Amino acid sequence: MTSLHMLAPNVYHTTLANGLTVLLKPLPTAPVVSHWIWYKVGSRDEPTGRTGASHWVEHMLFKGTPKFPAGVLDKAISRTGGYWNAFTYMDWTTYFETLPAEHVRLALELEADRMVNALFEPKEVESERTVILSERQGHENEPLFLLGEEVQAAAFRVHPYHHEIIGDTADLERMTRDDLYAHYRTYYRPNNAVLALAGAFDPKSMLTEIRRYFEDLEPGPEPPRLERPEPPQRGERRVEVRGPGETFFVQVAYKVPRAANADFFSLLVLASLFTGPVNLNLFGSGITNHTSRLYQALVETRQAVGVGGSLSATLDPYLYWMIITVHPDSDPDTVLRTLADEVARLQEQGPRPEELERARRQAQALFAYGSESITNQAFWLGYSAMFADYAWFAEFLPRLNAVTADDVRRVAQTYLQPHRRVVGVYLPTGGQA
Amino acid sequence: MTFRFPTARLASGSTADFALPGPQDIHRVPLDNGLVLLSRHHPHSPSVVVRGLLFAGAYWDPPQKMGLAAFTASMLKQGTQRYSHREIADLLESRGASLNLAGHFHTVGFGGQALSEDLPLLLELLAQVLQAPTFPPEEVEKRRAQILTSLDLRAQDPAAMADLTFDAILYRSHPYARPEEGFPETIQAVSREDLRAFHARHYGPRRMILVVVGAVPPAQVEDLVRRYFEAWHNPKQPAEPELPPVPPLKSAVRRFVPIPEKSQADLVLGVVGPRRNSPDYFPAALGNSILGRFGLMGRLGDVVREQAGLAYYVYSALNAGLGPGPWDVHAGVAPHHVPQALDLILGEIRRFISEPVTEEELNDVKAAALGRLPLSLETNAGVAGALLNMELYGLGLDYLQRYPEWIRRVTREDVLETARRYWDPDRLAIAVAGPAFPGSENWPQGAPTPEWFL
Repeated sequence: MTSLHMLAPNVYHTTLANGLTVLLKPLPTAPVVSHWIWYKVGSRDEPTGRTGASHWVEHMLFKGTPKFPAGVLDKAISRTGGYWNAFTYMDWTTYFETLPAEHVRLALELEADRMVNALFEPKEVESERTVILSERQGHENEPLFLLGEEVQAAAFRVHPYHHEIIGDTADLERMTRDDLYAHYRTYYRPNNAVLALAGAFDPKSMLTEIRRYFEDLEPGPEPPRLERPEPPQRGERRVEVRGPGETFFVQVAYKVPRAANADFFSLLVLASLFTGPVNLNLFGSGITNHTSRLYQALVETRQAVGVGGSLSATLDPYLYWMIITVHPDSDPDTVLRTLADEVARLQEQGPRPEELERARRQAQALFAYGSESITNQAFWLGYSAMFADYAWFAEFLPRLNAVTADDVRRVAQTYLQPHRRVVGVYLPTGGQA
Repeated sequence: MTFRFPTARLASGSTADFALPGPQDIHRVPLDNGLVLLSRHHPHSPSVVVRGLLFAGAYWDPPQKMGLAAFTASMLKQGTQRYSHREIADLLESRGASLNLAGHFHTVGFGGQALSEDLPLLLELLAQVLQAPTFPPEEVEKRRAQILTSLDLRAQDPAAMADLTFDAILYRSHPYARPEEGFPETIQAVSREDLRAFHARHYGPRRMILVVVGAVPPAQVEDLVRRYFEAWHNPKQPAEPELPPVPPLKSAVRRFVPIPEKSQADLVLGVVGPRRNSPDYFPAALGNSILGRFGLMGRLGDVVREQAGLAYYVYSALNAGLGPGPWDVHAGVAPHHVPQALDLILGEIRRFISEPVTEEELNDVKAAALGRLPLSLETNAGVAGALLNMELYGLGLDYLQRYPEWIRRVTREDVLETARRYWDPDRLAIAVAGPAFPGSENWPQGAPTPEWFL
């Protein structure tokens, strides 16, 4: 018999005999349950020739099983008033349903079913090939997608973070039904998954229901992993992208450690004061970044019309990047000189006490906003397990509060180095026809 | 499904206190100056949400200065009598709070979020930015550059250009034809004095709505709102005249906006739809759900995306607001698929107006509309949105209690009759933007220019 144990206040954990990890958080604030299943598979698991397989498999899981043919589930979920969706990332793929509490069994039943029974009918695979190529074409309409794809490829020559999650067109055109099905069977196993629920339920009764649906699923062999760590970068890399439009964009990406590294929290504070609050919640925050150093240095001086930053919680070392929309009266070189000055200033003097205080307060507020939504609470249960563990989430605020000015200065000196970065510039070729 | 969730065990002290907002717990306070405050207490939440609007939208834009109202709204946080732009940003960001304002056609909407103890700060800042903005000259120029850049990006964005063109050809001489964000030429024509004058004339408390939801008791909310807003008056603030009727299209109108070097084309087609407070609203909303929302985007999603694999997205939208907004279909498709996708969409519209929806389809979308309620009211922001709509459209404080009856009452015949009243496949506006597609050489071409609206 499996039993629940407390992982943190009000968070229950167990592992079923087949290896499925279960995380439960009862929240009686509204008659709603959010149900998430996470698989440890993403674009990092795709060799050359199969790029985009994880995302395509995710699409195929909406295309039916013998028990629930395509389209049946969309309607069944909608009928309850609930909603569902799925996301594919570099490190993971996840599926969720948020429903009125009395309908939670529908989510358990359908996720247990499609973990093993998805059909991958050849006709559906072909129709989805067109849809995904069309999704990629939609992305290619955006200058920042074109630039971001090149920056990421330049940053990772060896590691599979090299390619975009959606995959390369060449692979999307050639991958076969059997390639996709093999990917699915390899990684969609209870021992490679985490089930996370939050909402209005009693944990013991919920575990009984979970076991009814999931306990009989067969575990598989430990899935293979591409072990291709990125070798050290030996100098700055630069890429240019030319495309339609009138606006220059600059993207600068620095290599930074994985989320489980102790320096990640110092980098979160750094990013917060340098480019604006880092929101790891599922949904947007609305907190602006006008007091951030880069906004002050670039937008207030009319070198840029906008500045943004991104730091992601990943399993392997990834990137902290900033994207600058260049002012019509300025140019990329001017912007890059200002950025270099700001980096040097942070490396020499570190942050001011009020900047640290602001970063802490923003993190605290984002936490409070995120805790309002049951969907977001369930998201965090499983999400933190994809790159660390629930303790990472539970200790998030204390660890962030422990970051000192010296920590921030040290990580600025360590990671914001020219030989750790890629500089990308989008060069607009002019107006429309 | 036979499974019954053990709600009885949970009910003690838990979801038993979840109730739909209604007259029993919505506090509605009309102030003498015309402002209406609505608030609802949510004691377990650590945060508070503020939302609202006032009537200072693009309706009042002079044609040569399209975008003036939106420009004005975007300047409010850039400096006030008491605080500089930098100080406002500092006060908000150092507390993790947010306050955003945006101009729409009829209204300027605002929204903010803060930890509960920061509500006084949020309301004080809101009062400052609405009542006493100073439009510092250097901030005007900074903002102008940002708007011009966003308009450059819009010109290269097929989805945005398809939307803009669709509105222009559907509404033609009606004010809804005009893009609220304007054009580069009309933004260049706006002076600082124009912004100041627009604010002085149109910003005032008459018909203003302010909603506060979160862990602050209603009496305290009312005290704060009175402190910051009760003394505000603007005798110059004009009432918005009734909108003119929309001249009906006599035949289908189509237009193609070429944006070369893009990979995907976006299309929008549709008709003028009902107002939010029209008796047609519920049959139209349920019908729209069947046409282009339910499941994976309704019948349109089934036919165009699932069966034909032609689009990455396709859906229909009913934009019922204060006036007759569009009822339209949106899709993103590869250029060589545009003709086929259009044919399939038109086929679904013909079916929508020629035969009643099935009993099963109607029951499905009714169940969805009812089941969605607790989910949409889960957060403070969700409740605030519901309260704002009750007041704006005159739905009544008991709207959520009466909502199930409105839904249940709709019949298959209502849906068909309503669909026929609005949709006519021979009088559609159709806009496509993106790369050339088979047959596009026969379409009228080019994006709308400011001269269209003079």
